[in-house]
Amino acid sequence: MTSAVSAKPKKNFSWKAIFQRPEKPYVHPYLGGALLGVVLFLAFFLTGNGLGASGGLNRVVVYVQDQFAPEHVDRNAYLLKMAGGDKNPLDDWIVPMIFGAIVGGFVSGWLNGRLKVETNKGPQISTRTRWLMAFTGGAIMGYGARMARGCTSGQALSGGATLSAGSWAFMFAVFAGAYALAYFVRKLWN
Amino acid sequence: MPFPLPLETLLGKPLMYVVFGLLGFAFGYVLEISGFGNSKKLAAQFYFKEMTVLKVMFTAIVVAMVLIFAAIGLGLLDYNQIWVNPTYLWPGVIGGLIMGVGFIIGGFCPGTSLVSMATFKLDGLFFVLGGLTGIFLFGETVVFYEDWWNSSYYGRVTLMDLFNLSNGMVVVLVVLMALFMFWGAEQLEAIFGKRDLKKEPRLRLAGAAMLFVGALAVLFMGTPDTAEKWARIAPEKEALLTERKVQIEPGELLANLADDRLRVVMLDVRSESDYNLFHIQGARRIEFHQLLAFAKQAQAQYAPNVVYVLMSNDESAATEAWRILVAESVPNVYILEGGINNWLRVFAAAESDITPTPNPPGQDQLGYIFPAALGSRYEAAFPDPHHWKLEYTPKIQLQLKRDKSGGGCG
Repeated sequence: MTSAVSAKPKKNFSWKAIFQRPEKPYVHPYLGGALLGVVLFLAFFLTGNGLGASGGLNRVVVYVQDQFAPEHVDRNAYLLKMAGGDKNPLDDWIVPMIFGAIVGGFVSGWLNGRLKVETNKGPQISTRTRWLMAFTGGAIMGYGARMARGCTSGQALSGGATLSAGSWAFMFAVFAGAYALAYFVRKLWN
Repeated sequence: MPFPLPLETLLGKPLMYVVFGLLGFAFGYVLEISGFGNSKKLAAQFYFKEMTVLKVMFTAIVVAMVLIFAAIGLGLLDYNQIWVNPTYLWPGVIGGLIMGVGFIIGGFCPGTSLVSMATFKLDGLFFVLGGLTGIFLFGETVVFYEDWWNSSYYGRVTLMDLFNLSNGMVVVLVVLMALFMFWGAEQLEAIFGKRDLKKEPRLRLAGAAMLFVGALAVLFMGTPDTAEKWARIAPEKEALLTERKVQIEPGELLANLADDRLRVVMLDVRSESDYNLFHIQGARRIEFHQLLAFAKQAQAQYAPNVVYVLMSNDESAATEAWRILVAESVPNVYILEGGINNWLRVFAAAESDITPTPNPPGQDQLGYIFPAALGSRYEAAFPDPHHWKLEYTPKIQLQLKRDKSGGGCG
């Protein structure tokens, strides 16, 4: 008799191998930033466009709206531009980009042992509070990002690197808004 | 200038989207390894404990900026053809403030929340759901204040325009500002986050030095001016002129003016006195020194159905202006064949008070005499396209600009 361990048939696939890889530390911020800068440069150099996220999410939302209420979309000037008539809101460069970003994040999380079902939060709040705050903050952010015509990626990073005056004003406004409120919500994070 | 590439014509749409998907993959991957999938790391920025957000963002911005402007300086990349976010000042600033509030409450921005969700963080998932809701609400409510949302529009305005400095100078100043901010951020981390700066890698100083040297290189390379840009494309474009592929006959101009699918922008580069004597109705007078600024605006307000037609008394001044606009990569620029003199020869024959000059006009001189400076009130200034059925060889072919999209966050 061989031992119990070697008797087990060797599995080619195991969930354990995916989810419990050794967790590696994050890279140094300056290195991460430099790599992100190279990606941003390549985007502009090859395609003429920068990076983006909220615009892609916007198109996903409008796509869903167009499935349920196409007449409503055709009556709204803002939605019309993306999905009016037979226009497909998903037919835009930013849509493959956000799906690429999701896959990229997943692969990195997998390779570096950071695929973990968890909720990151400050020590003083419950998980449910954190979820509620994440949802609320997300809604505020999504609203603001569309008002500003771009989020941190599409305005701050892309417009910042191409030296758009409005993007620089936007960027300082984001930091100002967050710092102004940070003290009052310190319990969420500390 | 080969870059940015005309991906859609080069690869077709599916492969173009693969390229964008790969760029997105790299984007998501780099965000994740920088720790941007973790809301605690992001929020720590605002309590000065860990300035990761600022360090990553500004390093990315300055690295990309130095590379972009170095490529522009080397003539590899055409600044006119890359997307520069147009400035809508107040919607941008107010939207930015709102986003800042969402950032500190929710702990992410849209891009980072996607990465967080992809690594199974539940707060990231809830943030994405919230974000989709906020985006939906914006689409439903923007109709109530659309005027304001489209206000304070300054077009494609850059820090160079704002401070009236060269590209290189702004690049150097932005790098210096970023390095100063990094230094300040590290001091704050030492105070509030009790971080030991001696343990930070020395290599970062070498990186800072490299960035600064790169910025200086951009400054000393300078930016190619219109003449240099023209020199690069001259062999290809001069052929269009000599083969007369861009000189459109008066009949084609008239037919296109009547075509409501097109927007024909007529630019008259003659002297003010000639323009006052006679010009085609709707033509706008422009001085040579205004052409550069005009090219920038044309880029910012790009639409695929706009055609620019340049005109002078004959063709010489218009051809010179054509070279400038084409060098600045304005799409769909044409020249009125034979200029205003040819236009008048065709359309003013029946108008008895417009008479040809007794001697043939000199180069780019007006060849007709007018009784009064009526501008566009002569009948020849607005011929009826239904009355004049002129034969012509069509030459206008609309070409799409390389980046077809609205860019940015779409």
